[in-house]
Amino acid sequence: MSNLTLKDLYTKFRDPATIKALAKEIHKLADKLDEPMRVMEICGGHTHTIMKYGIKQLMPENIEFIHGPGCPVCVMPKERIDHAITLAKQPGVILTTLGDMIRVPGSKSSLAKTRADGYDIRPLHSTFDVLNIAKKNPDKKVIFFAIGFETTTPMTAALMKRAFNEGIKNIYYHINHVLTPPPMRAIMDSGEARINAFIAPSHVSVIIGAKSYQFLVDEYNTPVVVAGFEPVDVMESILMLVKQKLQNYPRVENQYKRAATWDGNVLAQQMTEEFMEIRDTFRWRGLGDIPKSALKLKDKYAQFDAEKIYANVLPNEHIDDHKLCICGKILKGLAKPTDCKVFGTACTPSSPLGSCMVSDEGACNAYYRYAR
Amino acid sequence: MADKITLAYGGGGEETNKLINELFYKHFNNDILTSAEDAAVVNANGKIAFTTDSFTVSPLFFNGGNIGKLAIAGTCNDLAMMGAKPEYISCGFMIEEGLDFETLEKIVKTMSEELSKVGAKIVCGDTKVVPAGSVDKIFINTSGIGHIKKENISAHNLKKGDVILVSRDIGKHGSVIMAHRYNVETTAQSDCKLLWDEVNALIEAGIDIKALRDATRGGLSAVLNEWANASDVGIEIEEDKVPVSDEVTGLCEIFGFEPMDLANEGAFIVAVSQNDAKKAEELLKKFNSNASIIGTVTDGNRVVLKSPWGSSRYIELPKGELLPRIC
Repeated sequence: MSNLTLKDLYTKFRDPATIKALAKEIHKLADKLDEPMRVMEICGGHTHTIMKYGIKQLMPENIEFIHGPGCPVCVMPKERIDHAITLAKQPGVILTTLGDMIRVPGSKSSLAKTRADGYDIRPLHSTFDVLNIAKKNPDKKVIFFAIGFETTTPMTAALMKRAFNEGIKNIYYHINHVLTPPPMRAIMDSGEARINAFIAPSHVSVIIGAKSYQFLVDEYNTPVVVAGFEPVDVMESILMLVKQKLQNYPRVENQYKRAATWDGNVLAQQMTEEFMEIRDTFRWRGLGDIPKSALKLKDKYAQFDAEKIYANVLPNEHIDDHKLCICGKILKGLAKPTDCKVFGTACTPSSPLGSCMVSDEGACNAYYRYAR
Repeated sequence: MADKITLAYGGGGEETNKLINELFYKHFNNDILTSAEDAAVVNANGKIAFTTDSFTVSPLFFNGGNIGKLAIAGTCNDLAMMGAKPEYISCGFMIEEGLDFETLEKIVKTMSEELSKVGAKIVCGDTKVVPAGSVDKIFINTSGIGHIKKENISAHNLKKGDVILVSRDIGKHGSVIMAHRYNVETTAQSDCKLLWDEVNALIEAGIDIKALRDATRGGLSAVLNEWANASDVGIEIEEDKVPVSDEVTGLCEIFGFEPMDLANEGAFIVAVSQNDAKKAEELLKKFNSNASIIGTVTDGNRVVLKSPWGSSRYIELPKGELLPRIC
């Protein structure tokens, strides 16, 4: 192991000869499919990989990618971003959040614009940076606007644990953590889904385990492959799906064995359960209300729950995306980004109208950047 | 002198004079500056290039350089990119009260060392000290002029068939700053460096230079898009020809960035006519073995990156603030 270099961690997964060989094999076997394979990649990271590495171009005509709702920034409804902006404007508050959440527009503004207005808003690289900010600013309320799928949720739980252990009392949480399986079910239940195969997310699956997708096989007879993020991972996963189709034996397979297991990271799951529980419903940008699809803080931590503490100032009305936006259809596989009338014109990454254009991991954003 | 810069150093009185005489004149010593007139008198026959830039960086000191090195390299490199040898530089300091004197002296010394490498002089300057909180420790503005040694280098010159080269591996400065900012340990060094020697070598060898640009903020992606736009051409880049170090690739993997979007402070992109491409590459390799031909100018209108496995994609202008990915 001591001779392992950083380069070894990715080069083989981007090896041109392997990618070409996989493409050849996929073409050969896909010829035998008796119906087109419409694969949904749930995770925005996969959408990004597919577009960035030109994997879509390597596919035969009867394999189509459908881009799922797996971008934590994209799926955040405008009213939740309005919450963040409102919280940032409260006296004595430092608002912290992860990554490019800061750019995403709410109904009237974004955190980036609010920061430019002079409010203290800090994008983080690591969730644990919140601890230092809180220690350095004991007279302030440091609110962590927590976002992300199951990948980032344990980090929020770990932050809470550390803060409590260290006796830090000035960190508050606004929880927007969402779950992966419920939107997959919602899409399949919508009655219009054209999806007949799934690539399941890499990092999310490391936490929740491949077993979480068994319902897609049992209830919808749909094959699933848990796939890594590198181009070779995605190509190999497509080949595995084609083979499942040809065998007519749908099951959950794990291509990403180097990191994901059947049961996932049980410790991370337990830590999350210690602090958070499932919400009755959560509104997804582009998909609407999905039951039991997100988390909230448990009642016993209510004194640290910014959503409760500031309930009287947080706006609650639902705000729809622009009426010309077809993100809902794109997320269900009923349309492509390029089918949208406002794609690349009124809706661009710098002024997104719909959810899929918002973050780098969104389908429209990936099409705009790499292949429009 | 005191340990820290106080507002008195910007007051125009005794302390200001001390700062100028005992620090700036000591390190930036030359006849034009120390004549201490209201304006510098310089010789400027023929065509000159004139540029200005302001520098603010956090942290002030980073692997491979500091804000002072950046302030000299940045302005001198802008001149070099127009085929002009950097000669006369102006320098304005905006200093936050409370800055350690030692820090300021380190920055000034570095500036002096860089100037001597390229034979340029700081011939005029200005100092402001502002109350704590008004600026982030120190901001530096430098302007520069230099005589143009080779004319008609322009972003508008690209024609189909021209060849694009990069002078070294890309993304070093941007990744080092990101690593410092987000407390990620790295052995990577910023590429912060003066580029006149390389440019001068290309000029002296008679290379038919069409366009030159240092790939600072916005990185390689921004330069290529600006050129494609300005010359109304397409550019095709071979992904496996673009040199990127392991450290930069690793940091990009951690943060979710693209090396091509990251800032450089000592790497330039050059477009040359097809016949001169190999000669230019050999010449640039003498300065940095990673110099490479990376692509060609086409008759399209977009910048396209071709993968080693036969697919292709666009390279877009990077947008907004670079922020780390979420998961």
